[in-house]
Amino acid sequence: MDAFNLVPWIILFPVIGLVLNAAIGRRIGERGSALIAIAASAGSLVISVMQYLALSAHPEGAVVYLADWIGIGALNVPWAFRVDTLSVTMMLVVSGVGTLIHIYAAGYMHFDVRYKEDPGSYARFFVYLNLFIAAMMILVSGDSYLTLFVGWEGVGLCSYLLIGFWYQRNPDGNKGIMNSLAAKKAMLVNRIGDFGLLLAVFMIFWAFGSLNFDEVLPHAETVAPWVIMFITLAMLLGVTGKSAQLPLYVWLPDAMAGPTPVSALIHAATMVTAGVYLVARSAPLFAAVPAAQTTVAFVGALTAFFAATIAVGQYDIKKVLAYSTISQLGFMVAAVGMGAFVAGMFHLVTHAFFKALLFLGSGSVILALERAHHVQETLSNPKHKKKGHTHFDPQDMRVMGGLRKPIRLTFWVYTIGALGLAGIPPLAGFFSKDEILADAWIENPLVFLLLIAAAFLTAFYVGRQLLLVFFGSPRSQPADKAVESPAIITIPLIALAALVVIGGLINLPGWHPFTNWLAHTLGEELAEPTEFNFFVALLATVFALIAFYLAWIFYGRTPLAEKQVDPLKQRLGRVFTGMENKWWVDEFYAWLIVRPYKRFAGFLADTIDWKFLHDWVHDSAVVNTFRWFARFLANPVDLGVIDGIANGLAKSATGLARGLSFFQTGFVRNYALVTFLGVVIMLGYLVFSS
Amino acid sequence: MVPVSYYFALSAILFALGALGVLIRRNAIIIFMSVELMLNAANLLFVAFARMYEALQGQIYVFFVIAVAAAEVAVGLAIIVAIFRTKKSIDIDEMSSLKG
Repeated sequence: MDAFNLVPWIILFPVIGLVLNAAIGRRIGERGSALIAIAASAGSLVISVMQYLALSAHPEGAVVYLADWIGIGALNVPWAFRVDTLSVTMMLVVSGVGTLIHIYAAGYMHFDVRYKEDPGSYARFFVYLNLFIAAMMILVSGDSYLTLFVGWEGVGLCSYLLIGFWYQRNPDGNKGIMNSLAAKKAMLVNRIGDFGLLLAVFMIFWAFGSLNFDEVLPHAETVAPWVIMFITLAMLLGVTGKSAQLPLYVWLPDAMAGPTPVSALIHAATMVTAGVYLVARSAPLFAAVPAAQTTVAFVGALTAFFAATIAVGQYDIKKVLAYSTISQLGFMVAAVGMGAFVAGMFHLVTHAFFKALLFLGSGSVILALERAHHVQETLSNPKHKKKGHTHFDPQDMRVMGGLRKPIRLTFWVYTIGALGLAGIPPLAGFFSKDEILADAWIENPLVFLLLIAAAFLTAFYVGRQLLLVFFGSPRSQPADKAVESPAIITIPLIALAALVVIGGLINLPGWHPFTNWLAHTLGEELAEPTEFNFFVALLATVFALIAFYLAWIFYGRTPLAEKQVDPLKQRLGRVFTGMENKWWVDEFYAWLIVRPYKRFAGFLADTIDWKFLHDWVHDSAVVNTFRWFARFLANPVDLGVIDGIANGLAKSATGLARGLSFFQTGFVRNYALVTFLGVVIMLGYLVFSS
Repeated sequence: MVPVSYYFALSAILFALGALGVLIRRNAIIIFMSVELMLNAANLLFVAFARMYEALQGQIYVFFVIAVAAAEVAVGLAIIVAIFRTKKSIDIDEMSSLKG
């Protein structure tokens, strides 16, 4: 198949794009570097679509070998691309949503007036974005666990770089290092997860003798169950890191410090779903150990519910979406944990659509407020234009309100995304969430309860957000003067909104094209179509509508006034304080891990390293031993022995000379006498000896 | 005919006198003369043995010795004159300036 052989270009296009942008991005200006980046991403999309078409004709897929990578003894890992229905699904999502976000970002990064001090940041942004596409493509297209791991680390790196993109700022816009700290936190928390994945990879090699999917997955039955158990649970640790599940989800809300397109692309649509992809890819392993599956399902369900409660109490428009993302990822993880791999992947796809739409929409809202604020500042205070803005947080929903009218287009697409997230039929989110709920209804009642509660809360916080942002009256001057974003930003929004509307078609109940599509990869028994459960669907929809009604009672009937306390707080009291403060999980982790760790590090540094190693071992023990040894060498050895030998030689030579000088009297007659006596002795000897 | 042993004795006496003179006198000229005495004691012995064995080599050696002694006297006296010019003395006990 010729089309299959083109698959390396899904990585090469973004790599070319990023190299071009890194080399000449600053010189060719914003338009040029954005065009390069968009073209690179679109090139990936074209190749992905070609893979899709080729796969439609040959659904068995192909493995495209590119190069040898590692060959050490039994370990043989080539760099090969796996083209099958599962990986192509991910490729389409990554490049499709990715390209739309690239287009959006070209406008967003231009119009975002907040941090214009660095002229190279525009090109730098697109270098990172293309790097991310490349890394994500390596992740989804890899033919072995090790290539997957390379992509896994690559996207982690891009996530780090992009969260800390405005590294000299705080999330509120002031100078500071909080953004960098958020990036560091994401990196460190992911390290724990990646450690788990790495353990799983090692264990797979130990148990199966290979890392290639083809040589691992079909043989899951032949390996001892406890080994599979270990592998899957270690993998789950990796999933909780990358896909922001309990207990490692804490990095994702902080990751909102990155530019909004990044939040949409990496921290909502693609990277965080890598964990779901990993579980779906390893489906035969998980299917072999039901206990691990149950663990995964509960981790997902608990996360879904827990994060949804936090989302209710947030004021930052992006933080609500961040916790919503964690919650929705919980849905997917719960689904793949229950063995509903298709439902999980389906929700992954639709979630990529509506959550990218919501994030990009929130970006449009932020942009509208920020630009209005900027204009207002410049008009009222032209002299201070250079010095920056007075404090105004354009992400705080409490300063919004009434945005329905000034930014009408954003309002409509945002509403579509929000309804999709809440699971209102016939939008995409309804079908995918319903499929998960229907599976949970059959598989595990407890998971079902958690998920339906999470779905209820989802609808509630979505309604709260919509009402706080778009309804009522403006609660700040910028909100009053907000202006709709330009076409380059709204067109991707419209495209995504269209995808949210029609996205449910890809796995319509009764028809199941997506199930059949994935069945080519997962196998018939792992990709059974879920029967549409009318009762569950009705229940979920009714719950969502009740939640919307409740949100309307709290926030719609009497809109929030300026500086007013959240009305839910009066009703829920302490519970709301908990939601508002994210249940103090960060503080708990700080108390449980960070502070003891810091104290331990401080102990190691101050006591062990400084006091013991430096002060005692180095400054006392080593130095004194050395000094003593040097003194020993200097005094007894050098002065005594070496110099003693030299001086002794000299002295004995002098003494000998002095002794011999006794014979040198200086009197010739003495010499003559001695000579005479010598002759006499010699003659005497000669005469008398013979 | 005078026996050879008489020559021996005379030669020995002469040699002993010369040696004593060299050892106990301080005047450089006297020492020089004593050295001549010892040489001539040897010459006498050479000649006596030459006569006794009727071999001419002994007499030839004597001529050599006389020639060498003449040369030695010439060099030695010149040295003594030179020493006298600098030290105004020919006492050999004062000629000890090479001693450390």
